[in-house]
Amino acid sequence: MQARYARNLETLSEEEVAFLGGKTVAVVGLGGLGGYLVEYLARLGVGGIMAADGDRFDESNLNRQLLSDAISVGEGKAEAARRRMALVNPQLRFVSIPSRIDSENGVELLRGADIIMDAVDTIPARLALQEIAEDLGVPLVHGAVAGWYGQVATIFPGDRTLDEIYRNPAARGGRGIEERLGNLSFGPAIVAGLQAAEAVKVLLDRGATLRNGLLVIDLLDYEFDLIELGKQGA
Amino acid sequence: MNVTVRLFATFREGRGKELSLEMAEDATPAIVAERLGIGVKDIAILLVNGRDGKVDGSLAEGDRVSFFPPVGGG
Repeated sequence: MQARYARNLETLSEEEVAFLGGKTVAVVGLGGLGGYLVEYLARLGVGGIMAADGDRFDESNLNRQLLSDAISVGEGKAEAARRRMALVNPQLRFVSIPSRIDSENGVELLRGADIIMDAVDTIPARLALQEIAEDLGVPLVHGAVAGWYGQVATIFPGDRTLDEIYRNPAARGGRGIEERLGNLSFGPAIVAGLQAAEAVKVLLDRGATLRNGLLVIDLLDYEFDLIELGKQGA
Repeated sequence: MNVTVRLFATFREGRGKELSLEMAEDATPAIVAERLGIGVKDIAILLVNGRDGKVDGSLAEGDRVSFFPPVGGG
C-alpha cells in the first residue's frame, strides 16, 4: 500500500483501501458540495472520480466553493476540478464531464460509476439524478445546503426517498430556502463531509447508513434530527 | 383536540420551535399549516408522529406534526 494512504489505517483495513481504489464515484455538481466531495474522496483513495458540471466559476462562488479561487473565476468547474486533482492525487482516474447532467444525457455520461453523489443546486435536477441512479442500478448519496441548514440521505434504486423530501418540487422555481438564505463557507463542507462518510460506508458495507432516512442539520440551534423516510421505513 | 407542531429551519422565524395548538376535530396538517401562516406549497417534508404524512390526512388528539421547508442548495 502506498504511503499516501498510511493514515487511513487502522480505521480502514488495507483490503478496504485497495477496494476503494478500484471504485469510481460520480460527483454531480461541482459547486459548494461538489468541490469538497471531489477533494475528500480523492484524498481518501477512491480510485476513480467522474466530476460533472456545465457551469463556470463566478465571483459569488468564492465564499464557499473550494475549487474556485481568484485565478479560476471564469473557468469551467469541471476543468478546475481536473486541474486541482492533478495536484492532489495524480494517480486518480479522473473523468471531467463539462456538462449539465439531465435525464437525457445522465445515464450515458455517468455509466461506470459505482455510486453517485448528489451535489446539484436545483430540486428538479436532484429528482432527475434519482431516476438516473435508479436506471444505472447504483446508490445515490443526497446532500443539500441552505444557510445554517443542511441534509443528507442515501437512496438505493427503488427507494425514491427524494419524492418524500421534496413533495412540492416545482414550488419556488425548483429552489429551496437557499434562494433567500444563500450559503456560508462551512455548511457545504460539513454536509459534503457527511456525504463522503456515507459513500465510503455504502461502498464498504460498513456501519450505519442513512438509507430510508434523512439527517437534518441545523447549525444555528445545533440540532441533528434523523427522520425516517422511504418505502422500507414507512 | 390538542396537536403539537414542530417547526424546522426558516419555519421557526417568528413562530418558535415547537407549538401546542388547540384544533377542531376535523383538522388536517394543511389546516394546521394555514393557522401558522405556512403555505402548503412551501412545505417540503411533512411528518405526522415521525412518519411521512399527507397534507389532507386526519389528525388525532396528541399527534405531533412536523413541517420542514425545502433545502436544495448545492
